[in-house]
Amino acid sequence: MQGETVKDIQKKVKDVVLESGIKVKPVYTPDDVKKIDYKKDIQNPGEYPYTRGIHPFMYCERPWTMRQYSGFATAIETNKRFKYLIKQGQTGLNVAFDLPTQMGLDSDDIRAEGEVGRVGMAVDTLKDMEYAFEGIPLDKISTSLTINSTAAILLAMYIVVAEKQGLSTDKIRGTAQNDILKEYIGRGTWIFPVEPSLRLITDTIEYCSKYIPKYYPVSVCGYHIRESGANPVQEIAYAFLIAKAYIQSALGRGIDANDFISRISFNFDIHGNFFEQIAKFRAARRLWAKIVKKEFDATNPKAMMMKMIAGGGGGGLTIEQPENNIVRGAYYALISALSGTQTMALCSYDEAYTIPSEKAAIISLRTMQILIEEMGLCDTADPLGGSYYIEALTDQLEDKIVDCMNKVEKRGGIVEAISKGEIQKEVSRQAYLYEKMLQSGELVKVGVNKYRIAEEERNIEFHEYDPSLVKKQKKMLNQIKETRNNKRVSSSLDKLQAIAQTDENLMPYIIECVKAYATIGEITSVLEDVFGKFKEPVRI
Amino acid sequence: MLDKKIRILIAKPGLDGHDRGVKVVAQLLRDAGMEVIYTGLHQTVEQIVETAIQEDVDVIGLSILSGAHFPITEKLMKKMKDTAMNDVLIIVGGNIPQRDINNLQALGVKGVFPTGSKFEDIIKFIKIHAG
Repeated sequence: MQGETVKDIQKKVKDVVLESGIKVKPVYTPDDVKKIDYKKDIQNPGEYPYTRGIHPFMYCERPWTMRQYSGFATAIETNKRFKYLIKQGQTGLNVAFDLPTQMGLDSDDIRAEGEVGRVGMAVDTLKDMEYAFEGIPLDKISTSLTINSTAAILLAMYIVVAEKQGLSTDKIRGTAQNDILKEYIGRGTWIFPVEPSLRLITDTIEYCSKYIPKYYPVSVCGYHIRESGANPVQEIAYAFLIAKAYIQSALGRGIDANDFISRISFNFDIHGNFFEQIAKFRAARRLWAKIVKKEFDATNPKAMMMKMIAGGGGGGLTIEQPENNIVRGAYYALISALSGTQTMALCSYDEAYTIPSEKAAIISLRTMQILIEEMGLCDTADPLGGSYYIEALTDQLEDKIVDCMNKVEKRGGIVEAISKGEIQKEVSRQAYLYEKMLQSGELVKVGVNKYRIAEEERNIEFHEYDPSLVKKQKKMLNQIKETRNNKRVSSSLDKLQAIAQTDENLMPYIIECVKAYATIGEITSVLEDVFGKFKEPVRI
Repeated sequence: MLDKKIRILIAKPGLDGHDRGVKVVAQLLRDAGMEVIYTGLHQTVEQIVETAIQEDVDVIGLSILSGAHFPITEKLMKKMKDTAMNDVLIIVGGNIPQRDINNLQALGVKGVFPTGSKFEDIIKFIKIHAG
């Protein structure tokens, strides 16, 4: 430091601007947090506004749920993987479905060609779900169904499987992703137009709040919005606007906000700047508590607590030097733990290529177990609380999220903005700018635009796609169609079609179709006849 | 003589809904001075070929991330042959493993651009082969 003044050094330090547009100072001091009132703005964990976490003792009481994403070709194969993961210490299941199932197509549909069982398990009828959960107690293992436009159908199947296991509906645990609005922004497995899609979601919320009180019917996904290109501020802002849209729609059915808001959870992304992510989650938790309390007049603290699943993001992983992704995954898990997540579904190092191999899935699981059992992440609640930098950043992020939400609300709200393709355009613009920065090297990605190894060998195990499993799947579908009571199938489908034209809740009627072993394709096409198809507003 | 603008149809075939990459490439090629036609998600091969004919494009770029690049590309190439569209440049992008590139080229795909391809490589390739 000889002769150099602080000012001299400051001049040498380069400007750091986070993805959210926040400028980072080279050092933070008590001055940066002097406006923060601990009791009002931060509070102890487990107390409003829950900045430090939703439970008083967080992981000291119970570590986060470890729930890796898995699902292969057929239900029987998937069931084997589930049982293996449970045996390895996994505490929840996260089911991947193939694209035809996500799009409401049967395995023998021409449009499903080449896709059956490719990115997850194929489901045609209730039979597949019976096989998938054979020997897995649905009251003890909480299962997350990664399904959206056909979520009402898959949820109906799940309910019937649980009933067949002898469970009363009030014992059923689990989560459905069931967030259709984000599908229009990213991921793209939409079928129906926005309004009827929103109705289906509301039907599931209403049905669950009446009959399956332990079930989380909707998991609002900032994750896919960010993966599509949104920055961390947009990720939270759009997710909250979407969650508000579902809540408003459910309130319209006369359901008490205190009853069901606590059953809505969030699925968020982690990649990018370490501290920005942690502050993002703390800001989100505080803001959500305020929104639920002030805008929906909820009095039940449980409704104000933002529950989240977060365990990295495929977008942060690289195809180049894939083993580096194991390291990235470990940091994402650490971020997630330091952010007070409820559930972790950690991305696997081979995710940039393929659905996780068994080896990759186990490494992810062990990463979390190391944090819990070796590193002391569960010893005390919110260890970063009170850090000058983290608290100042949390404040700034909250302000930015609020601004972003206001902008959309002033323009007519999220439903309209999505219907018109405005949000989609904004997000893809952001993706383009980000990619440009990567390509120019302005944004460093290790192993990709810096420290690259030319002609590197990529030793990665691929999940092989086995066409013989498709044949098996089609054969089973045919057998079911031949042996089921086809009269019962058509009468249940007719009834569903009639009710779809009214305002009545569709869930009981979908359950009837499912019980009759109607296929996912049959049920979807009946609904499509009434609802029509979404016309994508393509705006680049 | 003025250069004629290259017309390119950017298409998202099949059920895969991951459109981040396709929209980035569409913006890139438009900024590079090409006439970009993007028709949105869930296009069938038949729809893609029909649009290509109607829009009289020089290039078709397919974006596939689900892993179904072989069955989809095979179908497209056959349809192109059936409709005698032999002078259209076909390129494929997305989640394409290195080991599949040769096999896609054997189907008649001229350029394969896996996720993370350099912007300048994509632009240069199209300009050389379709310019």
